[in-house]
Amino acid sequence: MREQKNELCWEETRIGDAAWNGASVKEGGALDALRSPAAEMVGAQHMAVRDVTAGYHGKVVLDGLRFEVPRGGILVLIGPNGAGKSTVLKTLSRALLPMQGTVMLDGRDLQRFSGEALAREVAVMLTDRAKPELMTVRDVVSLGRYPYTGRLGRLNAEDEAQVKDAMEAMDVMALRERDFRELSDGQKQRVLLARALAQDPKLLILDEPTGYLDIHYKLQLLRVLRAKAQAGMTIVASLHEIELARLLADQLLTVKDGHAQQIGTAEEIFREEIIAPLYDISAEEFRLLYGRAEDAEARTRL
Amino acid sequence: MSEFQRENRRRTRRYAIVFACLFLVLLLIFYANVSTGTVALGGDLVSQTILWRIRLPRVCLAMILGGALALSGFLLQTFFENPIAGPYILGISSGAKLTVTLSMLLTLTKLRTTSAAINVVAAFIGALLSTGFILLISKRVQHMASILIGGIMIGYVASAITDFLITFAEDADIVNLHGWSLGSFSGADWTDVRVSLAVVGVTMVLIFAMSKQIGAFRLGEGYARSLGVDVRRFRTILILLSSILSATVTAFAGPISFVGVAAPYIMRRLLRTSEPRVLIPAAFLGGAAFTAACDLLARTLLSPTELNISTVTSLIGAPVVIWMLLQERRR
Repeated sequence: MREQKNELCWEETRIGDAAWNGASVKEGGALDALRSPAAEMVGAQHMAVRDVTAGYHGKVVLDGLRFEVPRGGILVLIGPNGAGKSTVLKTLSRALLPMQGTVMLDGRDLQRFSGEALAREVAVMLTDRAKPELMTVRDVVSLGRYPYTGRLGRLNAEDEAQVKDAMEAMDVMALRERDFRELSDGQKQRVLLARALAQDPKLLILDEPTGYLDIHYKLQLLRVLRAKAQAGMTIVASLHEIELARLLADQLLTVKDGHAQQIGTAEEIFREEIIAPLYDISAEEFRLLYGRAEDAEARTRL
Repeated sequence: MSEFQRENRRRTRRYAIVFACLFLVLLLIFYANVSTGTVALGGDLVSQTILWRIRLPRVCLAMILGGALALSGFLLQTFFENPIAGPYILGISSGAKLTVTLSMLLTLTKLRTTSAAINVVAAFIGALLSTGFILLISKRVQHMASILIGGIMIGYVASAITDFLITFAEDADIVNLHGWSLGSFSGADWTDVRVSLAVVGVTMVLIFAMSKQIGAFRLGEGYARSLGVDVRRFRTILILLSSILSATVTAFAGPISFVGVAAPYIMRRLLRTSEPRVLIPAAFLGGAAFTAACDLLARTLLSPTELNISTVTSLIGAPVVIWMLLQERRR
């Protein structure tokens, strides 16, 4: 059952890959009929980051952020521990003000959105450890519907359908009546991902979304994210597992020593001469872990 | 969607049962409070007077203020993201007690009278002062245990200053200050009931209007912000409403311990949810029942001598908090 679903989704995502790597989506012609309305705009600029310096309490953490992400694009940040990936993601989701520069969303300054309007645009999964008292898994995922519900936060049938879809995507339906605090770290992570999906955002920001997941769920998450991107959701994430980053990302952004370094496609970035110095590992170690560069093509086909 | 519907129905049934039991218990406690006392009530004029002038206002006040304490605790627990926060533990009640004592001493010596309104305002200022200190501490230290200890210390300092003031106040009128400063519902009249009902009623409506935000805050500040909650504004309102409630309680009945922690916790357990739109009314009713029951014990256990209300609430509430700590430890 699991196997079957995996293969099916994977097929779709490869098609998505082709369209995105071809730079212009208009050329994807035949695929248009399959796409949701949001997907019609895939490829148009969604997020623009203009010379942003990220930091807090007057302390610069990372500067030189200058990039654009098209609608339905997937940008993955990689870099060593403490390089400032989380700070960047917080700045992009408006949890922090940029110290310099602007973040534009759909051509509008991020700071000019109202809280509620922004919550309909952007959902996040944080590395904060949530310890909600007496909330079931379903309660947690249902909070994703917050920007859409009325004064008392009651969910209607449409909201509940979204919650169910999100829980099924992350395979947590069977856990739905369990107390969130009693779950394992990996289960919690899937629930928080489902919560973010239930928010039905146009931009999804994920800080280390695969940290606690086993390999099965890491791959499932990749497939879900690919499918969401193809339907028009823009995704910005940070990942420690660079081999996953390479599978997921349309664009990779490397950060180190307080600066944004390179940005490029997975093929451009996932090279010994870039990755080895980024993580301070030797060329031998890189080859030991990831093989020779020529194997890359074979591996992306899984 | 059928699986959700079944679960929704199961939840609704649980809520209905808990609320029905709460109302029943509240009614029983109300009746017990009115009918029990040193004087057995008959149909005569004395009985009527005791009923209308003493027992009814007293039980009404105990219920309103008990509910207010539970809500005040619930708001602080939301604010500090910790189930053990409460107005008494954090020293907020003691801060209010200090300023009320000050204002009573001043108004009694200068004006020869006290007024409920002045006391409430004074208590509010004291509550805000204590809260301000706790917030200062919480800016410096993140660990919840340190913040709680800071609150307990603030409470001790405020109580020490209050004792000092009372000891050196020699005026005969001030003798009854002592009883009040330990917490008691004795001497409640209908004016107290009306004023506290108005303040607590309005505050409760405002709290209920915030239930959606409170619900979003359960996942922590980061997620609440990402869902569109204006966190700074939300926290300010939370602290103000909580201070109004604990100030009202302290102004009319003195500091009362443990209700603010125990009542919301027990209600959460019974309802098996932390959903604010269910928990807010439940916490109020639970606090009302708990406090009125404790007041009944306070005035009947050693009758005709009255115990302080905090003596009884501590005796029952403190073990509940210990039980809470053990439950939390398991996670």
